[in-house]
Amino acid sequence: MFKRFLQLELKSFFRSASLGQSLGLKIFMGFLAIYFLVSFLILGIASYPLLKQYFPEQKPVLLVNNFVVIWLVSELFMRFMIQSLPIMNIKPLMVNNIKRQEMIHFVLLKSLFSFYNLLTPIVVIPFGIWCWREENFTPLQVIAWIVAMLALVISVNYANFLLKKKFAENLKGLIPYLAVGLVFAGLEYFEVFKISEFIGGLIHWVFEFPLLALLPILLAFGLYRWNFNYLKNNFYLDSGLKGKTTQVESSDLAWTKRFGSIAPFLQLDLKLIWRNKRPKTTVWMSLVFLVYGLIFYPNPTYSVEMPAFLVFVGIFITGIFVINFGQFIPAWDSGYYSMMMSQNIPMRQYLDSKAGLMYFSIIVLALLSTPYVYFGVNILLLNLACAVYNAGVNVPLILYAGSFNKKRIDLEKSPMMNYQGTGTAQWILGFPLLLIPIILWYVAYKLVDQNFATLSLGLIGLIGLLLRNLFMDKIVKAYKAKKHIQINGFKQVG
Amino acid sequence: MIQVNNLTKTYNGTTVLNIENLEIKKGESFGLVGNNGAGKTTFFSLLLDLIQPTTGNITNNGIQVHLSEDWKPFTTAFIDESFLIGYLTPEEYFYFIGDLRGQNKADVDALLDKHKEFFNDEILNNKKYLRDLSKGNQKKVGIIAALIGNPEVIILDEPFANLDPTTQIRLKRIIKELADNPDVTILVSSHDLMHTVEVSNRIVALNKGEVVKDIQTSEETLKELEAFFAV
Repeated sequence: MFKRFLQLELKSFFRSASLGQSLGLKIFMGFLAIYFLVSFLILGIASYPLLKQYFPEQKPVLLVNNFVVIWLVSELFMRFMIQSLPIMNIKPLMVNNIKRQEMIHFVLLKSLFSFYNLLTPIVVIPFGIWCWREENFTPLQVIAWIVAMLALVISVNYANFLLKKKFAENLKGLIPYLAVGLVFAGLEYFEVFKISEFIGGLIHWVFEFPLLALLPILLAFGLYRWNFNYLKNNFYLDSGLKGKTTQVESSDLAWTKRFGSIAPFLQLDLKLIWRNKRPKTTVWMSLVFLVYGLIFYPNPTYSVEMPAFLVFVGIFITGIFVINFGQFIPAWDSGYYSMMMSQNIPMRQYLDSKAGLMYFSIIVLALLSTPYVYFGVNILLLNLACAVYNAGVNVPLILYAGSFNKKRIDLEKSPMMNYQGTGTAQWILGFPLLLIPIILWYVAYKLVDQNFATLSLGLIGLIGLLLRNLFMDKIVKAYKAKKHIQINGFKQVG
Repeated sequence: MIQVNNLTKTYNGTTVLNIENLEIKKGESFGLVGNNGAGKTTFFSLLLDLIQPTTGNITNNGIQVHLSEDWKPFTTAFIDESFLIGYLTPEEYFYFIGDLRGQNKADVDALLDKHKEFFNDEILNNKKYLRDLSKGNQKKVGIIAALIGNPEVIILDEPFANLDPTTQIRLKRIIKELADNPDVTILVSSHDLMHTVEVSNRIVALNKGEVVKDIQTSEETLKELEAFFAV
């Protein structure tokens, strides 16, 4: 039976729409995977000699053991964001002549072959080999240590599914756990109680008594059993396999009425963003990227030697929503695009509403970025110029590029590592959006000076805003010309 | 009202629709029947300019649908769930469509009130998003939304499918009422011969993309159609 499941699995992998979408994307994802594997492998191989060099008075393995708890917590966090148990896939098999237990075992075991489970072993195993060669550990000790580590990773794998089941629909329930985590982090930081060293000490016992490696294995088995029992008791359409049904929080958004004819679309867009996972996450990410500046502004490498790079930061901070949201216009509406196109919709108003939303985001992000004045008035001026440039040039540009979108987007999927809806347009688009302003600024900077460069960037944006009507007319034409291709493309599910 | 001229649609060399000439008069209640793949949805999609014809054209009230959009103000349609916006509640969806069709909230409320019986208390004030409704209830929303704004041409693709018997009977009543209005042209497609015969005064049967029957509904129509499809 497992063999047959595996065949199904292979088919679903090779026939999945996301894989078949485009060769370029496949290659890109492949490279990304290889990149991560290689980086982690290098980490695994290089960490021993590096630790030895920088902390000669301590044993590398002790340092690593102390780090384990941080590693596991961050891995759990990453998995919580990205990895999920594909339990829905077994729905068609439920009424067939297959034992429930077998299906559940299969789903759970399958998760072991996830890419994320590879990352820790390729760090741990090379490191273990170093330890065995450089220090006087017996092979048994090292193997016990590696086994313990791998068992911990598997425990994290299964702990994540339990957490997801429990908290995915109610993130507020996580708060007490987060609080406990913060307390430990605080104790660690103020050196009251070092949880990392405590756990590190526990792990080190594995070297003393290799049989202790059985404990993490038992933990992994226990979590597996827990998952198994949970799924077994909830293997019904109305409990574990049920799709989410959310309660409506309604508000009539009456304030949008003052925007006149674009109000209905604006309301729709706001609901689109607020009620669907993918666009909602886009908004949160925009806010997270606001702190991006903190990485660059204090660093003289950028602020003094490569000031053109700060244009990139400015465009990015004030325009991240434009980029993230704009690149998928009109694919956000792909689920009901044919309805929109058979309705009495003036395309101009539809697009004006999208543009309005992006202008609004630019204003908000520009205002939120004003505290960066701390790093100098030119930073503030540059960010404002970038905001104007984003509104004047990048918004029409991204709207125009949207007319080439023809890939459907599933609003309820998380955007993390999700390349659904990504086509050639998105890949090409990044360059003009970010590079052109940098080049413009750099040329003006070389010709005159920094203030002039910032001023001209803002002026170009202003000209773009003045020519707005002209641009919008062209964009509307482009959308009308591409209408049938888009309707057809948005119908391709998957 | 609707005039079809030499209309064909070809995908990779396979002709899925080929209608030389078809005229649907104003006020007609037009039923389209046919097996799966006969071209019913293709025809409606062409009529709504959702796909482009390979040759020929359709005019709706004198407007060539793939050249101008001026047919949109007086035409409404419900083809499938892709016409619904999953993350809206039914009320929000109705008001949104109302906005697009120049109806204020009171107009929409009046229409909803009129069709309260059709909803059977399962649609309004339920605090659910459209994506969480059952297929049948989604269909009810789509059908009523297609009546918003006093349209002159109403296109319903398979409106009876997925509906419970009571709702089917209520829907027939609604369609008949619309058909009695001489200003409203209503186009309905169905697999169900009996329903179509009941609500339409003219029935066209499609087979492999071609018009094979075109009859004014009478006592014998159902028998004639059954005889045709019983192969």
